[in-house]
Amino acid sequence: MSDRNDPDVALETGSQVPPDEPVIEPEPEPEEPSRWQQALRQIATGNAIISVLAVLLALVVGAVMIAFTDERVQAASGYFFARPGDTFAAIWDSVAGAYSALFQGAVYNFRRPDFASGIRPLTETLNFATPLIAAGLGVGLAFKVGMFNIGGRGQMLLAASAAGWVAFSFDLPFPLHMIVAVIAGIIAGSLWAGIAGLLKARTGAHEVIVTIMLNYVALYLVSWMLRTPGLLQAPGSNNPKTPPMKDTAIFPDILGSGFNLHLGFLLSLGCVVLVWWILDRSSLGFQFRAVGLNPKAARVAGINVNRMYVYGMLIAGGLVGLAGVDQVLGTVTTGFSSGIDAGIGFDAITVALLGGSNPWGILAAGILFGAFKAGGFAMQAAEGVPIDIVLVVQSLIVLFIAAPPLVRAIFRLPQPGAKPKKRTRTTRKEEVAAK
Amino acid sequence: MTAPSQHHATAAPTERTLDSTTVISWKAPISFAVITVLLAVLFLTTRHGGDATFRLSTGSDLIQIPEITISGPVTTWTCIILLTAITVVSAAMVRAKRSVPLWLIVIFAVLGLVAFLTWAAAGARTPVIPLPGLLAGALSLSVPLIFGALCGVISERVGVINIAIEGQLLAGAFTSAVVASVIGQQWLGPIVGLAAAAVSGVLVAFVLAAFAIKYFVDQVIVGVVLNVLVIGLTSFLFSQVLAPNAALLNSPPRLQRIPIPLLSEIPLIGPMFFRQTLIVYAMYVIIALVYVGLFHTRWGLRLRSVGEHPQAADTVGINVARTRFWNVSLAGAIAGFGGAFFTLGAVGAFNKEMTAGAGFIALAAVIFGQWDPIKATLAALLFGFASNLQNTLSVIGSPVPSEFMLMLPYVVTILAVAGFVGKVRGPASAGKPYIKS
Repeated sequence: MSDRNDPDVALETGSQVPPDEPVIEPEPEPEEPSRWQQALRQIATGNAIISVLAVLLALVVGAVMIAFTDERVQAASGYFFARPGDTFAAIWDSVAGAYSALFQGAVYNFRRPDFASGIRPLTETLNFATPLIAAGLGVGLAFKVGMFNIGGRGQMLLAASAAGWVAFSFDLPFPLHMIVAVIAGIIAGSLWAGIAGLLKARTGAHEVIVTIMLNYVALYLVSWMLRTPGLLQAPGSNNPKTPPMKDTAIFPDILGSGFNLHLGFLLSLGCVVLVWWILDRSSLGFQFRAVGLNPKAARVAGINVNRMYVYGMLIAGGLVGLAGVDQVLGTVTTGFSSGIDAGIGFDAITVALLGGSNPWGILAAGILFGAFKAGGFAMQAAEGVPIDIVLVVQSLIVLFIAAPPLVRAIFRLPQPGAKPKKRTRTTRKEEVAAK
Repeated sequence: MTAPSQHHATAAPTERTLDSTTVISWKAPISFAVITVLLAVLFLTTRHGGDATFRLSTGSDLIQIPEITISGPVTTWTCIILLTAITVVSAAMVRAKRSVPLWLIVIFAVLGLVAFLTWAAAGARTPVIPLPGLLAGALSLSVPLIFGALCGVISERVGVINIAIEGQLLAGAFTSAVVASVIGQQWLGPIVGLAAAAVSGVLVAFVLAAFAIKYFVDQVIVGVVLNVLVIGLTSFLFSQVLAPNAALLNSPPRLQRIPIPLLSEIPLIGPMFFRQTLIVYAMYVIIALVYVGLFHTRWGLRLRSVGEHPQAADTVGINVARTRFWNVSLAGAIAGFGGAFFTLGAVGAFNKEMTAGAGFIALAAVIFGQWDPIKATLAALLFGFASNLQNTLSVIGSPVPSEFMLMLPYVVTILAVAGFVGKVRGPASAGKPYIKS
């Protein structure tokens, strides 16, 4: 957890990091007017508070949208001037109903009698978070090398196809079959992302464009394989869908059969540690970060920048590939079609941005967005609020976090230092440095 | 595989060496050879014996042209021989230090296409290719791509990378459907809808511009997040508001086709270009305006200078932030207007995520078109053609896997940015925020 106070971790993860963390170590300066004042000022100008306020602000906007599109609110506002109380009651009902359904669908269901079934939503949250964390790590690691990996969708599709193909067409004993399938998926995702890294290194092709285009190439390639008998299509079927995965390759449930949480979550946690170790403790990670901060300086220092681009994309693609593997061996084991990526490749970008591209932040952000997803489905079922509101809230969170001066202006917080704009710029460059 | 410059006559004086420096490129002959070999292999491995028929006019045309029926094998192999000849000629020209002229590339492309179409049709269930339908469909698939590409060209030329084209198209489609439905008359509704679509594109662009120019947030990130935001907003409002009240809010009157007298009776290209809706005619005007504006007016010069070297532009008194802000907004208006084609020009009602990646193909067209409005338009037309060719081939039951046709724009773009096709160099300062010190 040492990188919480790391200067290059600018977009701190919000909700999970206690906001008073940086305050515990006050500078031993005797001349300061008041410790409390200083502490307050540090909290108000810190990054953690921005994250918390960004989440809050996005939830407020979501609440406004839920309230305005609710039919009861519309009906009550028809006679607003006669009985204004009705309108406010209706607004409260719709917003509170939606958000409490969201919470109960994501964390703990109070309507259940015992703890085991009450806590089930939380395990669903972790289940949704599993691929988000893995893919978020892939995007975040690429950010650290100064690259923007928008190709999550293609990498997941290819990885899911490779892992799925191994899982349904081979006969192997249990742990071995699963391990081979996972490795096949990771390699497929890794190689697909590697194309973008290799092209950037060899020809200077911009990875943003290449990865976007590779998404569509992968989509059509996988669609073709899915409807071609002998490749991925289930034998004797006309649908573009694969046969179900064999039991020997499926991730086992880790909390017993009552919960959907599977081994993939532990793999994602392992990846968090692995990526943290690569970035913070290994010489490769040092070279990655050097290239990400300033490729020219890194080249002068003797780092092979082009090789780092290729390695970075290979590792990033492998991590995103693991998310694809999670989908076919953990979530949808009854055979998949071309929608298996479920938008996770794009969600991963928001997860990585919210997590500030550091592994622990991505873990927290992945769980938060997993909670939004799990709760969103519950909210849709219970209150009839479409799950698309979750997309709005997620994207607003990232927009607000990306522009701290905006959040400070909305909440009238003091701007840190004398040149807030300059500070924003350096933050951006350090953190993302996507060219 | 380029030989950048050939310095010959080294013993000659310096001035002569400079004069005789020529840049030759082996790209064209090599690409020709690769395509010819690929086609030959394709025709050899899967042979289709039948005939192919090309239909050149529709039933309602004033001037009727009879159908052309040609023998599959004879035509394809004649084309292959001609393609080989062109490859050899181009190689000889490059050896003689002459550049390969554009007309030769065009002839090669047409011959290659004829060979491919004949081969595909000869193996199909109904070996008839309706050319008017193929071309008209290609144009209508290209319309949103062209608007999106023009939007991308303007905003990248002024120095702001616009990944949010997809979001702007979708916002335009949504707004135009709702506004046109609410007003609901035959002409007034769609026209006000078009205006509203442009306004919604501007609103998305405002957010992009504010975050990219005022808060210096990375432009690619804002673009990606804006796409998600617009998809979320429109899908949410569609499920929550539009779907329950479809009759009132989501049944816009569609724009009528206006055939232009005389011009619309030209065989083949008349129905394609001149039996279209108002949006398409507006598109012709906008393409011309953007081209003339960018390269022949003071506005265009300032715009390009801000995108290439903002510091220099600032030094001579151009307000960089303001120029960027308003031109990104203008680009948003164009994309939003084009988004209306999805609803008012084509299907009618709005549906969730109905743009289906058109914004990203438009982005590909910008790059493949080398940030030039005319070339980007042509690239968008090519992508639209590839996509509609796939539709046509699957309708006539051709054995070509449609996915590979759909993949074409993306593969071509990857090859383009990797430098295999053409020379790709964007505006120097696109994507870099300008911080005045």
